[in-house]
Amino acid sequence: METILFYVFSTFMVVSALMVITVNNPVRAAFFLVLTFFAAAAIWLLLEAEFLAVILIIVYVGAVMVLFLFVVMMLDVNLAELKAGFVKNLPIAVAVALMMFGIIYFVVGGNQFDIHNFVPPERHGADYSNISELGKVLYTEYVFAFEIAAVILLVGIIAAISLTLRRRPNTRHQKVEEQVAVKGEDRLRVIKLEPQERK
Amino acid sequence: MLTLTHFLVLGAIVFSISLAGVFINRKNIIILLMCVELMLLAVNTNFIAFSHFLNDTAGQVFVFFILTVAAAEAAIGLAILVVLFRNKRTINVEELDTLKG
Amino acid sequence: MFENYSDSQVYLAIVLAPLIGSIIAGVFNAYISRAVAHTVTIVGVAISFVLAVFVFKYFAFDGAPIYNETVYTWLVSDGIRFEIGFLVDNLTSMMLVVVSFVSLMVHLYTIGYMSDDPGYKRFFSYISLFTFSMYMLVMSNNFLQLFFGWEAVGLVSYLLIGFYYKKESAIFANMKAFLVNRVGDFGFILGIAGILMVFNTLDYADVFAAASSKANLTTELFPGTEWSMMTVICILLFVGAMGKSAQVPLHVWLPDSMEGPTPISALIHAATMVTAGIFMVTRMSPLFELSETALSFILVIGAVTALFMGFLGIIQNDIKRVVAYSTLSQLGYMTVALGASAYSAAVFHLMTHAFFKALLFLAAGSVIIGMHHVQDIRQMGGLKKYMPITYWTSLLGTLALIGFPGFSGFYSKDSIIEAVHASTIPGSTFAYYAVLIGVFVTALYSLRMFFIVFHGEERMDHHTKEHLKESPWVVTVPLVLLAIPSVIIGGMTITSVLYGDYFNNVVFVQQAHDVLGQLKESYHGPLSMILHGIMTAPFYLMVAGIATAWYLYMKKPELPGKIKNSFGLIYDILDNKYGFDAFNEKVIAGGTRGLGNILSKFGDIMIIDGFVVNGSAKSVAWFSSIIRHVQTGYLYHYAFVMILGLIGLLGLVIF
Repeated sequence: METILFYVFSTFMVVSALMVITVNNPVRAAFFLVLTFFAAAAIWLLLEAEFLAVILIIVYVGAVMVLFLFVVMMLDVNLAELKAGFVKNLPIAVAVALMMFGIIYFVVGGNQFDIHNFVPPERHGADYSNISELGKVLYTEYVFAFEIAAVILLVGIIAAISLTLRRRPNTRHQKVEEQVAVKGEDRLRVIKLEPQERK
Repeated sequence: MLTLTHFLVLGAIVFSISLAGVFINRKNIIILLMCVELMLLAVNTNFIAFSHFLNDTAGQVFVFFILTVAAAEAAIGLAILVVLFRNKRTINVEELDTLKG
Repeated sequence: MFENYSDSQVYLAIVLAPLIGSIIAGVFNAYISRAVAHTVTIVGVAISFVLAVFVFKYFAFDGAPIYNETVYTWLVSDGIRFEIGFLVDNLTSMMLVVVSFVSLMVHLYTIGYMSDDPGYKRFFSYISLFTFSMYMLVMSNNFLQLFFGWEAVGLVSYLLIGFYYKKESAIFANMKAFLVNRVGDFGFILGIAGILMVFNTLDYADVFAAASSKANLTTELFPGTEWSMMTVICILLFVGAMGKSAQVPLHVWLPDSMEGPTPISALIHAATMVTAGIFMVTRMSPLFELSETALSFILVIGAVTALFMGFLGIIQNDIKRVVAYSTLSQLGYMTVALGASAYSAAVFHLMTHAFFKALLFLAAGSVIIGMHHVQDIRQMGGLKKYMPITYWTSLLGTLALIGFPGFSGFYSKDSIIEAVHASTIPGSTFAYYAVLIGVFVTALYSLRMFFIVFHGEERMDHHTKEHLKESPWVVTVPLVLLAIPSVIIGGMTITSVLYGDYFNNVVFVQQAHDVLGQLKESYHGPLSMILHGIMTAPFYLMVAGIATAWYLYMKKPELPGKIKNSFGLIYDILDNKYGFDAFNEKVIAGGTRGLGNILSKFGDIMIIDGFVVNGSAKSVAWFSSIIRHVQTGYLYHYAFVMILGLIGLLGLVIF
């Protein structure tokens, strides 16, 4: 049963990954990427990483990929132009990919590190909670790294905002500090007028 | 019977595909960024597989952090992309050769 | 010494009091008044003078043991200790009194002399700093501190010669003094390096203790020649003394140093700093005694200086330069005494000379004040009735200088002449005749100046004459105070200093060289020395000098001009100071400049600038103009290279 599920989802994953790199329209590529993530999440569930699988879908598909789509749609990209050169680059891309795969397969596919001898562990019972297991480690042993990760996210937010922030010279802003600091004499000027004779 | 090799080979395939994607797509930086995300996914899959087979949660913690960093990276990368497009009116990789010596 | 204080605190106080005064006057220059500046410095020097007198009493009369302690260890390197320490014995205590007394007098005198000078406070700061440096020099117990003091007094001398830094000739003179002293100091530091090499320590006591065991050490200076190590070290050290004490041929800076203010000429260039070389050789007597060659060298150099610099004094017309050449000549006498192993006589002459030469300089300064800074003696004359105190003190100083029987200079100079006469070191016969003729020359130029300045016809212009009057009391009091020791100190101290046991633990003389020991047998006290003195050649030569001067400049003032015309060649030689300056200027300085030009053109501009600096930059530019084509700017090229690297690395790990 598990093996069947694995093959089904890994087929999904590989095919949709292939589609990501071959389709011309970036919007479609993004949707295929979403599909890849879903398949990957299913594979991760097989590996009992429920929390991360859920996070992958919520954060990646829900946030990051939506961000991608936004950007794709915001930028006015010429689709016809993007198609050119596909065939010319294919051979070298395939060659590099095969070389890479060959080397990795040589490492993990053979028996370099006694990989075959790792027995799949026993399935945990229904009361097993992956989240609490992960939480225990994350908030004790890796708490410092965890906080750094938080800082990195903060920096990421600030960086993204400051990069894309555009100051338009002719927009009107409220200047709160000037409004607060205003004094009576700035608003009201008492002038003395000489009485004038009516003509 | 699933072994560790199954998952590692899956990771290798996805990684190689994304690598090929970097070379095929010479026109669109957005797809390059997606390829990078794919690579990270492949790596994460490997981590989780090891974590499962070695029965060690540390692997999942790594994935957690990689996800964090990848999210930040994607956000900043896309922000740069937006600024780039605003300034150059293109995201065509072949037209971006300011670094040429 | 004092009940509640340790010795080292007293010695530190002596050294630091003038330093503190100098710092206050110098650093806070802008914030203090003139009165504060001279008060703090004079108080500082006065404190050290009083303490120095106590120290002197402690050593000379109470017979205190030699004090030799380290105050502070600067650093220790490879077993060699670099320290600051004090060695105080009879020699040091005497030097302390001389230095502090003359310095105090000069400080007082300066109030009057510099009263209308804008650099008043700076001047006080400098002379106090000088006093500090001189103390460090004489109180040092190791070669490093000696060198520090040596350089520090040289620095202050440089600053003070160029005190009028807007005056072209002063700048030239201080640069000259500095450069000539560099030559001497180079020898000096090589000598110290030699000592460090041979003895592996810089401490006096250790070096002297080990000296005799190294007497037969030889070295190969040039391939194939054997040199006694001691001779090499001693001559190198003496080269330093030649620079500082202005011996031929490194004397050229001293006459020019008269560009500085007169108090400085008295303090630094007559009484104290220039005698540092004499002091140093005396201090190193255990080393110099081991090398007869070095002593002979010293003897000849001193004799040449004593005689030939005296000749130059005869034709000078600048009042300060006459005294300066006289100083050179007297320094030559001291050096001769050193060469004859009569160290005590040298130091004795150093002491008496310090008093009467400071007196003469300050008197010259007093004359200069009266003459409104005219220094040419041809414009003076008949000053006797205008400046009586200056006149009488100058007379006493002059008599002391020419060695008139009974005055200080008589005892010291006669002792030197006798010592040289008794010496058997090679060159002593030449030296004997040189110092003997020197007596005549000294009397001639001293009295010439005296007669021209104070007697005869009044040659100054009308305006100057109207304002001519005696100098204020701050000027005359130091003159009187200096005149007293100039007259009496010689007779008072000769018995104990020269023939007594005053320098027993300080100066080391080998039996074969001990000329003073021989003289001692025929010495029967100062009075009999006077009686003996008026029957010997020096006395008659001196009288002849006085008579010649009187005849030429009082009786027949037109005669010197005729002599000058009929001996034109000799006059020219003397006027050009034997051509030392011209030689230095043309050959040494010119040669250095020429070499510098060549090196600048070929070495610097062509090789270093053209080839090394610009050449390397150009080659980098050329190389990068080729290699920059690797940078295409395309993202996928970079990615491709990265992947290739990754594959390569993985392959390396696997296979």
